[in-house]
Amino acid sequence: MKTELNESTIFKVSRRDFLKSTSMSISGLLLGISFSCSDTSKKLVGNPDYVFSPNLFITINGNGDVTLIAHRSEMGTGIRTSLPLVMADEMEADWNRVKIVQAVGDEKYGNQNTDGSYSVRMFFTPLRKAGATVRLLLEQAAAKEWGVEVSECKAQNHEVVHTSGKSLGFGFLAEKAAALPLPDEASITLKSPKDFKYITKQSSIVDLKDIVTGKAKFGLDNNHLPNTKVAVIKRNPEPGAGMKSFTSDKAMKVPGVIKVFSLDAPGFPTFLNKPLGGVVVVAENTWAALEGRKAIEVTWNKGINADYDSHSYNNDMLKRAKEKGKVRRESGQVEKGLANAKKIIEADYVVPLLSHTPMETPCALAHVHDNICEVWAPVQDPQFTRKSLAEALGMDVKAVTVNVTLLGGAFGRKSKPDYVVEAALVSRTMGTPVKILWTREDDIQHDYYHFPAAQHLKVGIDENNKVTSWLHRSVFPPIDGTSNAKVNEATGLELSMGMIDLPYAIDNVCCETQVAQVKTRIGWLRSVANIHHAYAIGCTLDEVAKARGVDPIQNTLDMLGGDRMIDFAALAPEFWNYDEKIEDHPWSTARFRNVIETVKEKSSWGKKLPKGSGQGFAAHRSFLTYVACVVEVTVDANNKIRIPKVDYVVDCGIPVNPERIKSQFEGGAAFAASLALKSEITVSKGAVQQSNFNNYLVGRMSDSPYETAVHIIESNEKPTGVGEPPVPPFIPALCNAIYAATGKRVRQLPVRLA
Amino acid sequence: MATYQLNINGETRDVEAVPNTPLLWVLRDNLGLTGTKYGCGVAQCGACTVHLDGTAVRSCSTPVSTVGNKKVTTIEGLATADALHPVQQAWMQENVPQCGYCQSGQIMSAVALIEKNPTPSDSDIEAAMSGNICRCGTYERIRKAIKRASNTAAK
Repeated sequence: MKTELNESTIFKVSRRDFLKSTSMSISGLLLGISFSCSDTSKKLVGNPDYVFSPNLFITINGNGDVTLIAHRSEMGTGIRTSLPLVMADEMEADWNRVKIVQAVGDEKYGNQNTDGSYSVRMFFTPLRKAGATVRLLLEQAAAKEWGVEVSECKAQNHEVVHTSGKSLGFGFLAEKAAALPLPDEASITLKSPKDFKYITKQSSIVDLKDIVTGKAKFGLDNNHLPNTKVAVIKRNPEPGAGMKSFTSDKAMKVPGVIKVFSLDAPGFPTFLNKPLGGVVVVAENTWAALEGRKAIEVTWNKGINADYDSHSYNNDMLKRAKEKGKVRRESGQVEKGLANAKKIIEADYVVPLLSHTPMETPCALAHVHDNICEVWAPVQDPQFTRKSLAEALGMDVKAVTVNVTLLGGAFGRKSKPDYVVEAALVSRTMGTPVKILWTREDDIQHDYYHFPAAQHLKVGIDENNKVTSWLHRSVFPPIDGTSNAKVNEATGLELSMGMIDLPYAIDNVCCETQVAQVKTRIGWLRSVANIHHAYAIGCTLDEVAKARGVDPIQNTLDMLGGDRMIDFAALAPEFWNYDEKIEDHPWSTARFRNVIETVKEKSSWGKKLPKGSGQGFAAHRSFLTYVACVVEVTVDANNKIRIPKVDYVVDCGIPVNPERIKSQFEGGAAFAASLALKSEITVSKGAVQQSNFNNYLVGRMSDSPYETAVHIIESNEKPTGVGEPPVPPFIPALCNAIYAATGKRVRQLPVRLA
Repeated sequence: MATYQLNINGETRDVEAVPNTPLLWVLRDNLGLTGTKYGCGVAQCGACTVHLDGTAVRSCSTPVSTVGNKKVTTIEGLATADALHPVQQAWMQENVPQCGYCQSGQIMSAVALIEKNPTPSDSDIEAAMSGNICRCGTYERIRKAIKRASNTAAK
């Protein structure tokens, strides 16, 4: 899922490019860009044609304009704003003078795979250093200009000011700074947090006005290539199985249809970047393509999953969850502990297949011509997209350009570039630019689904009312099985998302798995295996609290034990710390305790509520971010569930962009409510039975929380991501609130009370 | 193919399309007005919402042949040369959008609501906005922005 990449390797990449691009700038200077255009009387601007690019991410023009590169994909988290803000703050640029340019897919930018809540965590420090280096260069240039010590010069708000009060603008200094040698890394000082101007402060996203005026460009909004055709594809309902034959006579009679042809199917497993194949209809416009597709008749092949039935598959997983499985974490003797327990809590939890359904369906514009390939596409992983295109087209990656548009939502779906490869293959066949559209039916019936999961938990409480034994079995088909049929049991990485990283101080713990063969395309969905693990554990803890006769929050704190850093690698050899070393991002029960205690206070936990209402609690660390959540529900006589209030407490280290942290938690609550209350994909005879929002239900306004209060812990710890962490604790908190309101336990999703 | 004369955002535009072509694709493919989005094609999600004579309709399910001389307003036609529409302003003040894809449709539904009902209650808002899905989950801020815009309109 991830390549090893730490801060120092990123910074080395950018330092190498520092040198390269600086020397390029200097040679550009030597090639004849004039020194003399600058208005030295004001000394705010220099040669307006001069471009100073001290590193890959930052450019200063002679006129003072600053261009910052956004290299991570914008799918709604605000990252296109947050990371440039970090650079602007460190370099003391005026945010109003900053323009953001979206990077193409290229390894030179370091990791661009926008998933795993990585962006801020991975790039906060390297981009601060990039900004601070530019600040120092500008200060050095001003010192040299004035013949004074650098220590007397300070960059602030787009100019460098001397202690005497005189100042020079960034534009004027750009060209002077370019002539200076790069400072040693050791001489670069980062700002003190108290001097932050943009980091930790409120700010709006850079695309806000374009979005509210309809000007923002998403995947299908680029109309700049003449003679662009539109393609849609009819695919076998059974992924990868291919076809026997098709007839196109009727389709070709639809006005506007140009060509109908087949695209090879990949077989099964399908891989993460190969198109599913099918019958392609290319037309002059979208409607003709859609009408043409309706008119095709296809005889499909039956493949190895033709008998896949999700209902019996899930029942079978649940049956196996009750049998002894493969041990993935073990301490003490769980069976003995359970045998000696005074009370036993035993429960099963089932979560269905789920679809991402971003509002923008998969789509792309591709133009393959003259041995090059250009695409404009909403992709989370532009480098993987580029490699996949090169591989599919038999081209060198250097011949492939991936322009990243805004993403109309993604949630993990757009990490997989199958749809972009489709667009390129069709463009090559047609010899014209081609836009590919996935209809909502295509999206819902051919997703990389969130895995279905069955879990069994058995907890023992001894005669002293202490929890002494914890048995957890988790059964689900692993994501890697979509690329490799031999991978048929949950991986350590997936189990580290909420199962084997169980933080509670229990003497006897055993975590087990069972085989589950992948039967359809499986892929990661916002917070991945944390969804079902946090659900089962959070609900079980509520049952344990009830059995112990203790308040649920107090129960969790009791079980958490004393403050400590947990060395999970010693407890479970497969433990994965979200690609970070445990010494850099320890598992701190003190931080976990703090969010739990804070949510108790902020939510007025235990307040008196009318009949039919209730509060529920859960807490979960995922993607290195600590979150506690209290959900309040009301359930009316018709079993309509409403969520008047949610309280989240989040400790994500330094809160880089608090406004977007809040929006991610509000949205994460609504997303999780949608998963828990509405959504379910079922499969019969290998085919997905849902097709659009009329039968694959998602949360609407009335299903979503009315008010989500997000309390952010003030911290100077390393910042961590917030895209995924809101989702996991919400679902058990919601289910526990439903129990408090109705007395009904929710052991299967989506919630069905009737 | 037939030729239709449409009134789009105050301008007369001639388009050629087969009669059952949804207005959505005429706007996007024929006229390059890409602010109106495709989300489901079956009037379930509201991403394609535009106004016909001030009433919110789902353009994905409105054949171009049925538009006639009704005035079509899209997201591109809401602001005047001088100022954004109060609903757009409220959307900015509340920092509503996340990914932004559904917001054109949300704003068009909200404008239609406020024009008919300048002081909508929570349940009025819920009813009027129930056809618009936002997968990022910006519903709380949408409600706040509508209230803010309605307060502005009442002043």
